[in-house]
Amino acid sequence: MKNTISQRVADFLKNFPPFSFLDSYDIQILSEQVSIIYKDKGVVIFTENEETHDSFYVVHKGAIELRKKAQNDILDMCDEGDIFGLRPLIAHENYKMEAITHEETILYAIPIAVFKPYAIKNADVGSFIIDSFASNTHNPFSKSHSGKLYGDHIDFENTNGDDIIDYDNKILDLQPIKYSKKIITCSRATTAKEIAATMTKKNIGAMLVVEDMLPIGIITDKDLRNKIVTGEHSINTTADVIMNSPVITYSKKMTITQAQMAMMKSNISHLCLTKDGTANTKAIGILSKHDVMVALGNNPAVLIKALKRVKKVKAIKPIRAKIMQLLQGYLDQNIPITLTSKIITELNDACIKRVIELSLAKMKTPPPVRFSWLALGSQGRSEQLLHTDQDNALIYEDVPEELQEKTSNYFLELAAVVNKGLFEIGYEYCPAEMMASNPQWCLSLNQWKELVHDWISKPGKDEVLLSFIFFDYSLSYGDRELANELADYIFEDIAANPIFYVHLVSGALQSPSPTGFFRQFLVEQDGAHKDFFDIKRRALMPLADAARVLIISHSVKGISNTPERFEKLAELEPQNKELYLSCAYSYKALLKFRTKQGLLHHDSGQFIELEALSKLEKVKLKGTFKTIKELQEVISMRFNPGKITI
Amino acid sequence: MAIKEKIIESLQILGILKEPIEDNLNQPIESARFVVLDTETTGFDYVNDRILCIGAIVLQNGIINLQDAFEHYMDQEHFDKSSVQIHGIIRSDVLDHKTELQVLQLFLDYLGDSIIIAHHTKFDITMINNALERNGLPKLSNKTLDTAVLYKKTLIKSNLLVRKDHYTLDDLADKFDISKKDRHTAIGDAYITAIAFLKILKKLRENKVTLLYQLFR
Repeated sequence: MKNTISQRVADFLKNFPPFSFLDSYDIQILSEQVSIIYKDKGVVIFTENEETHDSFYVVHKGAIELRKKAQNDILDMCDEGDIFGLRPLIAHENYKMEAITHEETILYAIPIAVFKPYAIKNADVGSFIIDSFASNTHNPFSKSHSGKLYGDHIDFENTNGDDIIDYDNKILDLQPIKYSKKIITCSRATTAKEIAATMTKKNIGAMLVVEDMLPIGIITDKDLRNKIVTGEHSINTTADVIMNSPVITYSKKMTITQAQMAMMKSNISHLCLTKDGTANTKAIGILSKHDVMVALGNNPAVLIKALKRVKKVKAIKPIRAKIMQLLQGYLDQNIPITLTSKIITELNDACIKRVIELSLAKMKTPPPVRFSWLALGSQGRSEQLLHTDQDNALIYEDVPEELQEKTSNYFLELAAVVNKGLFEIGYEYCPAEMMASNPQWCLSLNQWKELVHDWISKPGKDEVLLSFIFFDYSLSYGDRELANELADYIFEDIAANPIFYVHLVSGALQSPSPTGFFRQFLVEQDGAHKDFFDIKRRALMPLADAARVLIISHSVKGISNTPERFEKLAELEPQNKELYLSCAYSYKALLKFRTKQGLLHHDSGQFIELEALSKLEKVKLKGTFKTIKELQEVISMRFNPGKITI
Repeated sequence: MAIKEKIIESLQILGILKEPIEDNLNQPIESARFVVLDTETTGFDYVNDRILCIGAIVLQNGIINLQDAFEHYMDQEHFDKSSVQIHGIIRSDVLDHKTELQVLQLFLDYLGDSIIIAHHTKFDITMINNALERNGLPKLSNKTLDTAVLYKKTLIKSNLLVRKDHYTLDDLADKFDISKKDRHTAIGDAYITAIAFLKILKKLRENKVTLLYQLFR
């Protein structure tokens, strides 16, 4: 039956092949037969060798992993608009691989009986299906964009006839490569000045010179530098004088390795791809060294560069996925956690920055006054390696009262866009709504001072908890001065209200103990994580809380990372040097532990299943608890919080 | 009443003995047939306003089959121009209209004994019941769930979180990242409600809510 939802399904399907080949009436009829299926993360859609369902699937939201049990390797990741589970239906065989939801997913199930007539009737649909089975294009079972290549799908007509089963044996480098299909060209007579302007505007490194649609030359950044900036030619020189000619052309049926070889051989940074691989046919794409680097992958500099080129928030998500791969790689190679967390935090920060930049571009007007976007909690402490919840806040410059409402509304609107953007790239919303889009966390500098002063002068349980979360902030984006001014204020105010220390201290000592009387692990008694060990609350937080108290008591600002705080404390208090250094070490070890667990289970790693740990891991974990206990004793002696009760 | 039953009753009142669980509710949530519905009305007055459209979808085991969708507009004498703007339903707009009685009968067949889910369910149920009464039909006796109520159960217990008294369907759509394109069409709202319900279930499952009766506590 035709209805509003089936129309919406049709609107979605028409954007993706093979449905894009159908006319709107047919899509509508098809959509009316669709079932919408919701699946949680980690749910199996079908298993290897299972008999086929009567429908195939299109991913509407979320992502699906296709994998082979034996290798336990992900063969492909399907996301929005990708279809899967079609081939077995057409070939009348059982499923060749397993499909599992990688995250929360909404699928459209399309009955094969309804779809088949179109595949037979419509030549485009039929050939798309045959092509996608025969080749390693992105649909439906390709490995070519399985997390190693990022970004838009490749329309690569690599019809080498390989069966999908062979794909696991292929090494990554022999995959087709993503190249830019939007070619920017100029004519023989275009001046160097115009060319440079266009290249800057389009953010590209090379421009193709064409005549009668055929490539006759190429001009790169290097040419402009060597031939124009040196003064050899004037900026009004025309393209034909400075271009490299003839153009070295290749066919688009090229793998990453071939592309690399070609660039090395001719010592060039850009390849021109043409229809038949010669300069006598139309240019269809440009492949840059950057594209090759990105395809090869896991390199922070490349990822940062890729981030800068991103034009849509959505495109950041695959980059985040690569950051996670990088993290996994670092942990596997036992790279020191300090370095690892620095790099990953840097990358995560860059993602957040980019989201904010893109959100600002979406606003109708630029910000009315200066502002700073703060990361709170673990992100603020640069300790956030995995996807966790977002905790953030916004400070804006004080404005005259008549402008207050307007300014506040502007930043709330901005924050709402940013929070949504962060959600889209994988940061869950904070369950306690500690986010800048919440009016309580989006304030002018003076309002913040008042609020913080409230916490410091009248500390209760909630106020201390709020200070714990807030005082670890760091600047993600915007004006550093505002953030610093608030930090200065906090230190002055705490110095003037010594009672606050005492509360801070007893707050820090209140974390639940990690082990019981017989040194056995204390596990959660109820709730969703019954019988799991809460590594965050029982081990990481006590250390982070203690570090904060001690560092504030020394009025050291600008260090919010917990191990760095301990290292600083070791410097400041030589008598406790050993303890502090061992705290720093323990913290790093725990963080690494949590991160590994999180990657393993694709979650925040907060809750650890003790039974899954090896004896050695348990011993290591327990070793850190001793340090926590000693540290808490030092603090308790020094500040003597026993006198008050919260 | 036998003494034994009296004792059981008083224990239940005191909360010592929990009420017995109905057999048909001691089942996995996935097994139930839910009808997720929304009505578009001429206004919010239970007595004077009328239903313009009933939109509903069937949800079972996390699957919504679009062939089973229900979307029927009905002729209404009472017609308040001010609500047209919200719903965009203009009487002559819809070719396929039926009388109120026809739509109600179709709907009752569709509904069967399924569990009803809506957002602010009381409003929709009251509107439908009043319509049923006007047409000489018995009131609905189905079990009902309300996503506005269920959502509150998913919120963390923390003093830091300021809770609202009422969460609108827009609030839920924002929280759960559900497209609001078809907001304010009956079936579009029913779809948003259904997806919100599934996402609420996901959260409740973390608290070990897996059986039907747990949703009604």
